[in-house]
Amino acid sequence: MSFLGFFKEKEERSSPGGDGNADRGIMVLEHTSEVIQAEDILKGEGWEIRVMGPPPEVRSGCDLVIEFPLIEELNILRVLEERGVVPLQVVPVTSPLLQPVDLFHVKDFGRYVMVRAANMKLTVEKETGMIVNVSGGGCPDVPYLAREMVGKSLDDAPSPRSIGHTLCGYALQLAYEEARRRCLE
Amino acid sequence: MLGIAGTIPVEDIPLLTGGAAMENGDIRIDGRRIPVDRGTAALIGAAVKTSEVLGTPPPFGCVVGDIGRGIGSRNLYKHLVDTFSESVFHTVTFHYLQPIVHWHNRLQQVIHDMETRPVLIADAGFMYVAKMSGHAAMYDLFTPDIGELAFLADETAPHPFYTRGFILHDENRVPDLIARAYEHGNAARLLLVKGKKDCLADRGGILCEVDSPVEEVMEAIGGTGDTLTGILSALIGSGMDTKEAATVAMKTNRLAGAYARPTPATQIIDIISHIPKALEDTLQ
Repeated sequence: MSFLGFFKEKEERSSPGGDGNADRGIMVLEHTSEVIQAEDILKGEGWEIRVMGPPPEVRSGCDLVIEFPLIEELNILRVLEERGVVPLQVVPVTSPLLQPVDLFHVKDFGRYVMVRAANMKLTVEKETGMIVNVSGGGCPDVPYLAREMVGKSLDDAPSPRSIGHTLCGYALQLAYEEARRRCLE
Repeated sequence: MLGIAGTIPVEDIPLLTGGAAMENGDIRIDGRRIPVDRGTAALIGAAVKTSEVLGTPPPFGCVVGDIGRGIGSRNLYKHLVDTFSESVFHTVTFHYLQPIVHWHNRLQQVIHDMETRPVLIADAGFMYVAKMSGHAAMYDLFTPDIGELAFLADETAPHPFYTRGFILHDENRVPDLIARAYEHGNAARLLLVKGKKDCLADRGGILCEVDSPVEEVMEAIGGTGDTLTGILSALIGSGMDTKEAATVAMKTNRLAGAYARPTPATQIIDIISHIPKALEDTLQ
């Protein structure tokens, strides 16, 4: 089957990142010395990053920011935090004013409760706090996180923040925190 | 023939290519057994079961280990860039890959230059990068769930993690989200939206819906969206008309779920095992 005709008609690019930067993020740090430190750490770990001037929408931090692969935000933040470098702010290059999702959907299945944050869903048995399912998402750490977390209690399971790598992992962390708040507090 | 590309959540799995089979609840590709829990393994498992009923060749899998570091995904992108132009697939489904725009665009260029190209289906991380890159319209079919549809509808969001709240609030207005996704060029030629009601849509709106049988707990079970995409891919790969394939797939996946008598703790392999009977019943 050929879709050549259809294909050729759709040359124009759409939003949000026709310039190829849509998978990049900007990390804002308080001092230039922290930027230099973060640059050394991240380049040393093999990430493709660059130091640049901040976009006009970013009004905090010093005169330099670090551009990095946004999808790997969770892993990158963990590496930096382990070395004592904590960014003030992380935003997408293409839309620096965007904020991470802060809306939770909760579905009560009687014995179980499902919490959704963005595209990630975590389901817990209420009485035991056992994680019985993880669904949603599209980054490769989602099946890995599910394998590591399902069948364990909220207290015993590793947090997505500790073993995840991507923005899907970050969304699951938010669902996990909300589930803990609802089931354990 | 159907080709499926995606990642497996075991870091040391090298790039594996070959016809897929199912053995005792695992899939087997290139001599390696891979557990079916969710993700691309579940999609392949569902496609294998569907192909067995249809009597068509098993799907050709192209998988690699990746737990989110992106190393396996980069190897898989490179393999696809190097080999895709020589492939003879009728249909190709791209699934769990790390969204990396420059690798997507290299592959997109290869596909663009092909004289005859396969039907292109994108789900999960590959659907994210297709939208992110601004080239969603080159694909024939996206298969989002409701949260992912909101992401497609948000022209500013580079990932579902950044979908704006006022759009997420609109999740009950699926037709509006579909229209918004097309308005900004962030949808494939067709969208199969997985939800309380599954539906197939194009730029003109919803073409058909399937809303029974209803098993609300399916939303909580990891892999139910993957199995729907797997069934659909195998049906389209067999040469079935896309709209008919979508209707059959939506009904079959729901029926397989119902046959499993699911709870929120049900695991996806229990549903995959019911796909053959569900598909036979649907086709009758």
